[in-house]
Parts: sequence; structure tokens; C-alpha cells
Amino acid sequence: MEVARIENVTRIFKTGKVETQALRGVSLSIESGEFTALVGPSGSGKTTLMQLIGCLDQPTSGQVYINGKDVSKLNRNQRADMRRGTIGFIFQFFALIPTLTAYENVELPLLLNGHSASERRERVSQLLRSVDLIDRAAHRPDQLSGGEQQRVAIARALAPKPTLILADEPTANLDTLNGKQVMETMMQLNQDTGVTFVFATHDPRVISYARRVITLQDGLVVENSKAEKLGIGI
Amino acid sequence: MIPLLKMAFRDLGRNRRRSFFSSLALAIGLALLLLMAAIIQGEMGSALDATIRLQSGHLQIRAKSYDESKTSLKWDDLVENPDQVAEQIASLPPVTVATPRLFASGIISVRGESVGVRVFGIDPLSEANTPYRLGLISGEFLTPDDREGLLIGQPLADKLGLKAGDKISLSVNTSNGDVAEQLFAIRGIYSTQTNAFDSVTVFLPLAKLQTITQTENHASTIFVLLKDSDQADAVAAALLTSDYKVLTWEKMNELIVQYEDMANAYMVIFYLIVLAITATVVVNTLVMAVFERTREIGILSAIGMKSRRIMAMFLTESSLLAMGGIIMGLILGSLVVAYFAKYGFYIGNFGITGMLIGNTIYAELTLKDTINLTVLAFVVTLLAGLYPALLAAYMDPVEALRGVK
Repeated sequence: MEVARIENVTRIFKTGKVETQALRGVSLSIESGEFTALVGPSGSGKTTLMQLIGCLDQPTSGQVYINGKDVSKLNRNQRADMRRGTIGFIFQFFALIPTLTAYENVELPLLLNGHSASERRERVSQLLRSVDLIDRAAHRPDQLSGGEQQRVAIARALAPKPTLILADEPTANLDTLNGKQVMETMMQLNQDTGVTFVFATHDPRVISYARRVITLQDGLVVENSKAEKLGIGI
Repeated sequence: MIPLLKMAFRDLGRNRRRSFFSSLALAIGLALLLLMAAIIQGEMGSALDATIRLQSGHLQIRAKSYDESKTSLKWDDLVENPDQVAEQIASLPPVTVATPRLFASGIISVRGESVGVRVFGIDPLSEANTPYRLGLISGEFLTPDDREGLLIGQPLADKLGLKAGDKISLSVNTSNGDVAEQLFAIRGIYSTQTNAFDSVTVFLPLAKLQTITQTENHASTIFVLLKDSDQADAVAAALLTSDYKVLTWEKMNELIVQYEDMANAYMVIFYLIVLAITATVVVNTLVMAVFERTREIGILSAIGMKSRRIMAMFLTESSLLAMGGIIMGLILGSLVVAYFAKYGFYIGNFGITGMLIGNTIYAELTLKDTINLTVLAFVVTLLAGLYPALLAAYMDPVEALRGVK
């Protein structure tokens, strides 16, 4: 089943009178259960593409479909609804809310989705166990290592049972060991839950985990290939 | 909305000092407003109280044609058989005391100096005159059969350099339009702590003033005090006859009531100015918080938090700051008000024509003022919090995630 489809998408940013064309007509499709890397040098349009698929931004032209629904013209609130139920995000910086504990950070999307207290308790505990952080549940982000924070972010992204998780350079700020742990956690969750992962990176060690690699350059897809084997690890 | 409350509370805790000082600004503002309201209330309350006690009473019964501004002494303008009328009124259950009073215009002359005065003819034994009796600071109070004594107020005595026992000449108008002059001894000097009253009012026994003004068995008014001022209208209606007019304290003190309304209108402007200043501090704090947390707002938006919820989160922070400020303000305000309620503000000789204001104002905070000001402070702070809340709510998520705004 198709989770995301992008049809001839362009995205132009205007800064004063200067126009920057971040995407120049990108078309691609992402199937359910994929573990796909979006690669390319800085400025190639990876983050912009992720933001469009993630309903954070709108294309200048072209269509973006998420689970078959055209999201290109949705208004601000409709996009927020779409994100909340369907899409999980993992960012390069460890994007946790600093005033909330690990447990509360994971719980937050469930609260926004209106889950009951018992549902939340069960789901958060299960997720923290799956990222091996149940004993750190009561810690605030500043009491966790970078790797731990990123694993909390993964748990949070998974909390509302999204169909798609978008990870923008998830290991960029991590050392090798923590980076490896994060990638393995993501891969394991992909296999266990079937949730689709798309991650932007330019780190070859991370790319090696991908089952499919989409390469962007200057706002265009220049290569779209399936990896022959599963990642060999960092 | 408990999670919002928790998040807002913790967010404020990130920069405790800043949050504390923002709340403190509101607290000081609110305390100032409570004090101002209490002073106005104290001033108005005491002015009304003094005027009722010393001058108007709760009710006055006068002849229909009596004109207060002319202090007429014509028999037609006066109440006939005043003792009898007063006695009848005093027998009514809501009435504390009813006593006849005669007013005349006069001039005191001593050592070549003359001063215009109002002469009050009073029944020295009536309870209604207790405030004057209690205010006696030297000499003795009048007796009903005193034919040569009078009481003068302290400011007048000071001005003319008089003391108890001194002799002065008093001229008064009479009922037939003549002027009668007689030498009197100052029996005593009184002070009601109300300069506007004490400096112009001279007391004579009613019988003596009736004699000298040729108004035997007549009085200008029957001065009535009630157990409860709210009953004034009901008692006035009961007393109404074709012979007399009955004036209530509200009617007689219209100026004070109007002045109070005017003061209240000005105070609302003052309140809004003070609150606008404190609200600016709160806005500043929250705008800084929004800019510091731009990326977090992006994250919240990315995980699907809608604009109105982000807005609610910042409004919750404003509410918490407001509540902290209000609690501190109420404590601070109560302490300051309690101090001035006990020791008062000495304002000295301060008066407005037609109003009797004591020389010290005691703060008096009403529950109504407290509630109104608390609600006003809360609402103004919350309104001020709208700007930063909207700023946060309508940030572009992409830009917010980049941490730029």
C-alpha cells in the first residue's frame, strides 16, 4: 500500500526578491513498511522534501498524497490534524520538550489525540521498553544522553501509531555507538511494527541500513534504488 | 487541560527570577490599586459619615417653605412646636433620636475682628449632639438653661486667639429681619476633627437662640438619626404630612454621592493605566519566552498541536503569572491597607465646599472593590497575554523548527 506519493512537486523559497528553488519537480512514491534513506549533499532539498511529506509545509506546485489523500492544499489546522494522527517526526537536534520527563514527552502526542489515562500508561510503558529506556522514564531530557534523548524521540514519534515516521538526520549529533543504537532501534521497530521509516542523511554508515535509497541533488531525484541487502551496520 | 497547566507551570519555572519579577510587578500594581480604592472608600465613607453625624442626620423634617441657603427665620418657614414633633418622631421604632435644631447666620466680633458663622441652636441634652460633646477639648458643654454661653470650634478659636471663658460679641439675624447682638462667654471649645465644620459652626442652647432670634417654640429642622440608614426612605414616607417636607440623607448629601461617582470614574482610568504598565511587564516576559522557545513551538506543532492549543498554553502561562501576581498583590495590598486603616493618612485642613472631610483618612477596603480589582487585574493581564500567545500560535512550523523567528 502506498503511504506517500509526490507528484511533480516544486518548492520555491522567497527571501526578499531572491528566489531559491529547493525542489524542481520531484515525483516519488513510498510504500508501507519501507525503510528508506533520503540522501544527498547539504542543500539538495532533503529537509524540504521531508517537510512536504510531513505536512509541515506546502508545495509551490505539484501534489503530495498521504495515505491517498491530497494534503497539498490543506489549511494549517487540517495539516496539524494530519500530522497528529499519521506522521511521526524525529529531528537531528534532540527535539524533546525540556520541561517534560521522558515519560511525559512520549505521552504528549497521546494526550493530543485524546487517549485515556490507562491507554496512555500502557502505550508509553510499552514504547519506553521497546527503546530500552523504561528505567529512565522519570528523567528530564537534560538528565539523558544524546542517544537516550533520540530514542525517547523515536518512542514519541511512534506513540500515536503513525503510518509514517520521518527522521531528519537522526544520528547527525550522535557518536558512532549511539548512532548505531538509534539506527538499530529504528530498524527493529520497522520490522516489529511495520511502520514506514524515511530518514534523511548523508552519512554513508546510516545509508547502509536502508532498504531503499533515494538520492537528491539540486532539488531533483537523481537516483532511486533498492538496496540489495539489509544494512550491515555502522 | 491539566497537561497544559503542568507544562505552563514548568515553563515559568525555567526562569524563576524573571517569572517572579513579572508577577511582582503585577502584585505591586494590584496592591497600589487596592490602597487607592481603600483610600477613596475611606474618604467617601468618612465624609458621608461625618456629614450625617454632624450636619444632615439621616432625616430632617422642615417646613415646606424652608430654604436652607437663606437660613430663613420667618415663622412660616419653621417647624412649629418642634419639641412635640420631635417627641412623636422619636417614638417610632426605627428612630434612634429626633431633636429640634434652629439655624441662624451670625457674625462673631472680638477685638475689632469679625467672622461670619453659622449658629446652631441645639438641645444640649439630646443624644444627637454626642459628637459635639465628645469633641469638647476645653471648657464645658452647654446646658439647656445657659443664657450667656456658647461653644466654638477649635480652628475658629485658634484663628481669633480665644479660649474658654473669653467673652465675644455675637450678632444674629432675627425672624423679623433685624439683627440682634449680645455678649456671650465661651463655655467650651470643641473639635470634630472636621475643619470645614468646626471653623464656621457655633453652638447655642436652642432656647437661647430662639429667644435672641425671636423664634420661640420654632425650629429650622427636626434632626433625626435612624438605627439603619437603609430605612430612611421608608421612615420618610411614613412621616410625610401636608405640613412638612422630609429630606433623606441621600437627598441632602447629593454632592457627596455625585463626587463619589466622579471619583470612581477617574479611578477606573487610573486603574487601567496602572494595570497597562504591569501588563507590559507580563507581555515582555512572555514575548521573551516565545522567542526562547521558538524551536519547541515548532516541535509541538510538528507533533500535531493545533494553533489554538499552543495559544492556550501561553495563555495558561499568563494566567499563572497573573494568579501569582494577584495572590502576592492581595497579601501586599492587605498589609498596606491594614496599616492605613489603623493609622490613617493625616491630610490636615482639607475640605471641599459642601463636604465634611475629617483631618485623617482611614483606608477602608470593601469586598466589592477587592473582587472588582482582582478580576480587572486578571482580565487585563490575560488580554495582554494574547499578543505573545498569538505570536506563538501562528508561527510557521518550518521556520520555528529551524529556530528562527
